Amino acid sequence: MPTADEIKQRIEAAIPGARAEVEDWTGGGDHFRAVVTSPAFKGKTRLQQHQMVYAVFGDEIGGPIHALSLKTQES
Amino acid sequence: MSENPLRDAIEQAIKENEVILFMKGTPEAPACGFSARTVAALQALNAQFAAVDILPDPRIRQELSALSGWPTIPQLFVRGELIGGCDIVTEMYESGELAETLGVEPPADAPAAAADPGAPQSPPLSVENRLG
Repeated sequence: MPTADEIKQRIEAAIPGARAEVEDWTGGGDHFRAVVTSPAFKGKTRLQQHQMVYAVFGDEIGGPIHALSLKTQES
Repeated sequence: MSENPLRDAIEQAIKENEVILFMKGTPEAPACGFSARTVAALQALNAQFAAVDILPDPRIRQELSALSGWPTIPQLFVRGELIGGCDIVTEMYESGELAETLGVEPPADAPAAAADPGAPQSPPLSVENRLG
C-alpha cells in the first residue's frame, strides 16, 4: 500500500517541474488528497491536468489507491 | 451491434442523455462519499440528470473507464463529453461554471418541470432518469 510520501515522490518524478502536497485523507492508506502544481499544466484543461496525474498511477487508481482527490494548478 | 454490447449500451446512454452521471449507488442512496458530493452539486442546481449505478456489475466500470480514459467513479458527462469526477464537478459548482455548463440558473427558482423524454432501459445497463 502506498504512502502519501511515495505518491508525492512519484508525481514529482513523473510530471516535469511538479510539486505535490499529498495527504492520506482517511489515515487508511487508500484515500489520498493531492494538490499538484506544475508548469506542464499550461494550456491544458482541468480534465487533462487531472488525467496527467492519474496516468502516473495507471491501474493502481481504483485498486490499491481507492481514491486520489486532486486539485491541480499551473505554476 | 458490436461484440461488446455493454460498451455499446454505455456509449448509447452517454449519447442519449444530455446529462448523465455514472456513480456508486443511486442519487437517493449514494454508496460512496464522492458520488454523494457530485449528486449534491447537481441537485443544488436543480439539474436534471440520468444516473447509472456502476456497482451491480464490475464490467460497467471497466468499460466506462476504458471508454472515457478516466479511472475513478463518479464520472459526469454533459452532451456526450466527460466533464470530470467529484473534484472537478465540485470546483465547477463553486465557481459557477457547472451551472453554465449545464445551462441552468443557480437556484432561487423552482425546478423546471420538463424532463428528457427518453432514457430507455438498455438491458445490460440500468439508466434512471432523475429530476434534480
